[in-house]
Amino acid sequence: MSLYEKTIHELHGMLIKKEISAEELTKDVLARMDQVEDKVKSFVFREEKEKAIAQAKGVDEKISRGEKVGPLAGIPMAYNDNICTKGIRTTCSSKMLADFVPPYDAFVAEKIGEAQSVFIGKTNMDEFGIGSSTESSFFYPTRNPWNLNLVPGGSGGGAAAAVAADEAVFALGSDILNPAAFCGVVAMKPTYGRVSRYGLAGSTSSLEQVGPVTKDVTDCALVLGAIAGHDPKDSTSAPGDVPRYDEFLTGDIKGMHIGIPKEYFGNEFDPEVKDAVLSAVKKMEELGAHVDEVSLPHTPYVMSAYHVIAAAEASSVLARYEGVRYGYRREDVPDIEALYRTTRTEGFGPAVKRRIILGTYFLSSGQIDVYYKKALQTRTLVKEDFDRAFEKYDLLVSPTCPGTAFPLGTQADDILNGTGLYTVPPCVAGIPAISLPCGLVQGLPVGLQIMGPAFAEEKILNAAFAYQQRGGFPRIKPSLSGEGK
Amino acid sequence: MAVTIKDVEKTAFLARIDLSEEEKNKFTEEIKIILDHVENFVDLNTENIPPTINILPLYNVMRDDITRPSLDKNAVFQNTSHEEDGMFKVPKIL
Repeated sequence: MSLYEKTIHELHGMLIKKEISAEELTKDVLARMDQVEDKVKSFVFREEKEKAIAQAKGVDEKISRGEKVGPLAGIPMAYNDNICTKGIRTTCSSKMLADFVPPYDAFVAEKIGEAQSVFIGKTNMDEFGIGSSTESSFFYPTRNPWNLNLVPGGSGGGAAAAVAADEAVFALGSDILNPAAFCGVVAMKPTYGRVSRYGLAGSTSSLEQVGPVTKDVTDCALVLGAIAGHDPKDSTSAPGDVPRYDEFLTGDIKGMHIGIPKEYFGNEFDPEVKDAVLSAVKKMEELGAHVDEVSLPHTPYVMSAYHVIAAAEASSVLARYEGVRYGYRREDVPDIEALYRTTRTEGFGPAVKRRIILGTYFLSSGQIDVYYKKALQTRTLVKEDFDRAFEKYDLLVSPTCPGTAFPLGTQADDILNGTGLYTVPPCVAGIPAISLPCGLVQGLPVGLQIMGPAFAEEKILNAAFAYQQRGGFPRIKPSLSGEGK
Repeated sequence: MAVTIKDVEKTAFLARIDLSEEEKNKFTEEIKIILDHVENFVDLNTENIPPTINILPLYNVMRDDITRPSLDKNAVFQNTSHEEDGMFKVPKIL
């Protein structure tokens, strides 16, 4: 197995035993990127090779001096391009920010810097995170490594595609559950507030969380441990200590109570996906978990609440892009009003404009109570559904998506394509969820989603670990061809 | 609820976005689809249900009122070519 295919924990073991150097590893991953990036197009920015290698050499020096280094040291990684990186272009895959160079690092980038990972690039996404296929990127669509004619999912599709194609050992992104499912990798959306949003150039403040995209569950625990924690610069950040997530990975789920939300299985969706998920559930039962059906009665209203909240927040958050302080600016305009209008009209893509207009409509007088207030009240009911379920059950299990990756150009209009049917509820309720591969349907990966109560990441990770280690599903790799495997 | 081209025009004006005739028609149709979908919760009984803005029980997060270093001015202005005497320059306002 090549170095670039390995996981963080495998590579860390090799690094500290001096079987390999971080320089060698970084060169190997960069060579892999050279080899496949033209096909996959995961990246919108690639770090200069010399700079990446210099970072790796710094870690090698530490190791050779006998200094102790953490589990992420020397590991090549990428950020989704909505995570601010000091001195490095951060675009949100939008024309609006095509030349924006942040003067500061996001909290998570600071943390990864402290952990001494090797930064190798920024990955593609739907413009400002609006979309579910990475096709609304201003630059180009990213392709699914399992079949280059398919989308990688979205909005954080580049991060998942890069990890699946072994162009990065891990990545950080927001809105990464459905891309992880489509690309056959692991991703976690932590509890809202568990990871600071400082420096995340998002569009939905109350829904988005940054999380890890990794090759397995152990890596996911290691990365989450590095980026979680309270940040005084983010007032929505949660106080409290961060557990050593990796220490909870015992693989023992005997006696655990797992609920299957019956409303999630009532929908018409790909029967083979359903089978793959139900056989994963069966495996967990064989490992000693008690599995039962549970009801989340407000499920039919979740997407409605989400559409309203996401649009309303986007219209408000994206109001800051007016061409004055940073970002795209239209020159030669007669007055400030024209500056605002032409800058925004030319700087935003169609999916973003549609969402801003929709959100402005929801927040306009006469509509705000009908839609926005109603959505926030619905959110309370959705959250209470989960609270009630978690009184009886430790975790809930569902598919990550109702189907597998779809062809490029077929569902570019994100409006109601249903991809987010199961990944949106944890965002609306603010609870943590993981997606991990649980099978292949017609050569394409299927994601298993495990949700837990707020701040129960360790429980989710352990259940995912148990399934991954003992459920018998092998680590799967894409073929990077047009036909799938 | 029927949304009209006029509503979309008015809303786009408020959002400081200009739309072509084609975009106006397209967005009106698309917004209709979303509103039809969202309609389903208008009948949901939410009487006496408080709204949830943030899932964490955090209220009035305060910090001590002490001076702290802010970002370097040069770093902040590097993202605009319209700076003069340490200020952002804009076209005429009145």
